[in-house]
Amino acid sequence: MAAGTNSTATKAKTTNQGFVYLPLIAGWLIPGAGHFLVGKWGRGALLAASILSMFALGLAMQGHLYASTHDILEMLGLAGDLGNGLLYFMARAMGLGTGQITVTVADYGTRFIVVSGLLNVIAAVDAHNLRTGRKA
Amino acid sequence: MYSPSHFTALSLFALFASVVFGITQRETPKRMLKYGIYCFALFELSAVVLSWAMYLIAK
Repeated sequence: MAAGTNSTATKAKTTNQGFVYLPLIAGWLIPGAGHFLVGKWGRGALLAASILSMFALGLAMQGHLYASTHDILEMLGLAGDLGNGLLYFMARAMGLGTGQITVTVADYGTRFIVVSGLLNVIAAVDAHNLRTGRKA
Repeated sequence: MYSPSHFTALSLFALFASVVFGITQRETPKRMLKYGIYCFALFELSAVVLSWAMYLIAK
């Protein structure tokens, strides 16, 4: 009993050592990286594949990357896009997602990009929960 | 330019969102898979139901 309690305490101490926000930040910057840092390779790979595919498909559909904050809808779109972390900044630097939306599928592309950012934030928070021991 | 049909776009969206929901909202692999399939089915089913509703309203 005492040994079990001691083992749990040691495990909790090991889990809480170091910078606990690293998986959160890494997961935000690079999809799946947060899970890789906590040793969840399979989950990280699936999350990375899903989020990267969604972002790439959004751009392939000529989706728009939000860049300005002229009105509330653009601000919300920008907040969603920023969830993609480095992907967003790389795409902006490469001049992608800047064209005018003229076809329906491009509007879908814009939603794909925003939602991939929001899903990436959920994944990064999940990695943080794994790191802190809140989730197994 | 990639130009999928509306249903293909919806299915791709449902697939990727369901994978993330499944992994992040459940703890064990079996429950993750079940929840992912459940979310995917709900996405698809609600799209079909809403499509028919809009078709009948517009008729």
